[in-house]
Amino acid sequence: MVQFKKWQTFIVILFGILGFIFSIPNFFKSETLNNFPNFFPKKQIVLGLDLQGGSYLLLEVDTNSVINDNLNNFMDEVRLMLRKNKISYSRFNLEEKIITLQIKNQNKKDLLEKKLKKFSNDIEYKFIDDNTLTLNFTDQKLFSIQDTAVLQSVEVVRRRVDEFGTKEPTIQRQGVKRILLELPGITDPERLKKLLGKTAKLSFQVVDEDITSSELKSGKHKPGIVVLPSDKLVDENSEPILYAIKKRDTISGDLLINASPSLDRNSPVVSFQFNSKGGRKFGNITKKYVGSRIAIILDNKVISAPNIREPITGGRGIITGQFTFQEVTDLAMLLRAGALPAPLNILEERSVGPSLGTDSIQSGKFASILGFILIIIFMYLIYGTFGIFANIALIFNLLILLSILTLIQATLTLPGIAGIVLTIGMAVDANVLIFERIKEEIKLGLSPIASVDIGYKQALKTIIDANVTTLIAAVMLFGLGSGPVKGFAVTLSFGIITSMFTAIMFTRILIIIWLKKTNPKVINL
Amino acid sequence: MPILNIFPRNTDYKFMRLRKIAIFFSISLFIISFISIFIQGLNFGIDFTGGVLIELRSKNEIINLTDLRGNLNKLNIGEVQLQTIGSDNDIAIRVQKDSGDDKQLDSIKKIKNALSNIEIEFRRTEYVGPKVGKELIRAGLIAILFSLLGILAYIWLRFEWHFALGAIIALIHDVFLTIGFFSIFQFEFNLATVAAVLTIAGYSINDTVVIYDRIRETLRKYKEAPFEEIINLSLNRTLSRTLMTSLTTLLALLALFIFGGNVISGFIIALIWGVIIGTYSSLYIASPALLILNVDQRKR
Repeated sequence: MVQFKKWQTFIVILFGILGFIFSIPNFFKSETLNNFPNFFPKKQIVLGLDLQGGSYLLLEVDTNSVINDNLNNFMDEVRLMLRKNKISYSRFNLEEKIITLQIKNQNKKDLLEKKLKKFSNDIEYKFIDDNTLTLNFTDQKLFSIQDTAVLQSVEVVRRRVDEFGTKEPTIQRQGVKRILLELPGITDPERLKKLLGKTAKLSFQVVDEDITSSELKSGKHKPGIVVLPSDKLVDENSEPILYAIKKRDTISGDLLINASPSLDRNSPVVSFQFNSKGGRKFGNITKKYVGSRIAIILDNKVISAPNIREPITGGRGIITGQFTFQEVTDLAMLLRAGALPAPLNILEERSVGPSLGTDSIQSGKFASILGFILIIIFMYLIYGTFGIFANIALIFNLLILLSILTLIQATLTLPGIAGIVLTIGMAVDANVLIFERIKEEIKLGLSPIASVDIGYKQALKTIIDANVTTLIAAVMLFGLGSGPVKGFAVTLSFGIITSMFTAIMFTRILIIIWLKKTNPKVINL
Repeated sequence: MPILNIFPRNTDYKFMRLRKIAIFFSISLFIISFISIFIQGLNFGIDFTGGVLIELRSKNEIINLTDLRGNLNKLNIGEVQLQTIGSDNDIAIRVQKDSGDDKQLDSIKKIKNALSNIEIEFRRTEYVGPKVGKELIRAGLIAILFSLLGILAYIWLRFEWHFALGAIIALIHDVFLTIGFFSIFQFEFNLATVAAVLTIAGYSINDTVVIYDRIRETLRKYKEAPFEEIINLSLNRTLSRTLMTSLTTLLALLALFIFGGNVISGFIIALIWGVIIGTYSSLYIASPALLILNVDQRKR
């Protein structure tokens, strides 16, 4: 152990230099760094949201609502098929993702089965008894509906967040139906939360003018009509205005290619533009219904229902309403970013204001520097020359750890800083083990070289056993929830590895050089 | 050349003579912790219960807590707890969940609206939904369980099963007493605390492994000595290392505790407690466990 092979020396020097080079940028401000020549490494450690300030949001896509939408559409198709084939049915309903219905004419069962088979491979059907039929989607179909909805949601969320104008947001899917958002710099996410809370499904539909208001209130009306409330109330206590909306002749908001806030007679409006297909459709419908009202519906609420005075053929129009300028800006943004396939629920929110982040960095920095200095002084006092060797290794340990965290772009959180300090405390342990062992060997009367040699050999096994067990606990922390704790796990794990490396290799090379240079008769440890 | 000699050299303490007192001491702590957990439970943070936490700092005036409490209770958002943190200008508002639905997210907005007439800065806002809270509890328990199992497996592989069992007893001792410590003093138990518990587990096992390694080595060297003497000898030989490492780690932790700010102080308290209890358990739980489990195979 007292010999040091050339490649070992090479590795120590290499890691020492690399550690130095890649950790250096972290000691400068990023503005200063930009003035440095290009070859200089500029990557810095990524600060967690708890240090730089920002918001963390965990969203869940309400996939059940998409599944139900799909099932409802499917029910409509089945209903149509039954009517076409003159199969009478009753108690047609949907519960727990299963459609059940009663078939009245038994003799048409074969025909029904044949028609059901034609529908699609994604459907499973079963006769529970002679006339009760159940229908459901296969698991694959359910999964794919869910998966598509979540993927689309991630895209829409990304577009909305981009439109919102945040710097370097992280948007990623987590698990089956969750979306994780990390938004540095956004310290009050209320407005963004409001924007994400809207599915923003827009449609243009014709108002049925034949229905009287008493019919509307009673809820009894002819088929093909849906009753929707107005978005805004006249005042706080009033009831929303109800509209009878025709289900046919709908133009969906997906056909928009642009939307922007503007002014119309001094009030804020959203002006929009359809794509060519949408423009044609809009032209045809407005032509057909001149004189009626066309309702502009957002998330099942009527924003406004202007009169169609003449056919609108240019594919352009405006959405009026009692809007504030903020509202039209947001609405235009939502329309540009597109509708969410399903509502989003916020499961978790963590926001840190900029001042707390700055305070945390400052106190974390100060505490770790202080802890570091205390340990260095302590090691020197207890072990003298050997303590200095251990301290040099400790400094390189810190530099290498910082470079690794910088290079893999790990996120440094406040608990992560605590993790670094803790590994500094524990890094000393390997050297303490070695030094104590050397002391014992000296006591047994061995020569300096022999005691260093045996001391290292004996301590090495213990160091590895002790650190592997700690590493197991640290790795388990990865599986534990959110940002800050994960940051702690990262620094602790890498800290254990680098501290083992530096404590064993760096101190050893220093001690060997020292032994060779001074050739001491006794080691006074 | 050492400058300071604070550790006694060539010690010959009869550690194992005190083992009965130590075991009695540990069992008493166990009972106290158990009673405390049973009676007053743990002061779970919103990570686990779900709820809202808002930390704010008033810019000019000092906020009157009674008035603020009155105002917030009017909002009808459930039980509101108020507390100053650090200075009188810093206030933490906690709303524990009860309603159990998504409505709670609105209470953030309501609180912010209610405070809009005072000049304040929101330092921290956290909301954890009930679903996430439950998941986090489960993730925490699983992490603790798996790290115990992983450590057990590793020690079993490297030592004998007696050692593994002794180490796990010491580990469970430390983990349970840490949880008990949080219950007795009603410190907030949150996700960071679980991380601290896992770190303590890692630290304590580190200490235990070093001592076990030495016991195994001594066992091979002195074939005739009684087992109790072997343990005593090993503990004495590793004593200065045990103290040295605990001291350096405590130094670093104390610096963090005093100057690291109140965001992580709970986490650091747990770690400080863990270092103390972990060091104690390596000496007085893990080692006597070997005696009791009768690892001394030479007689067999």
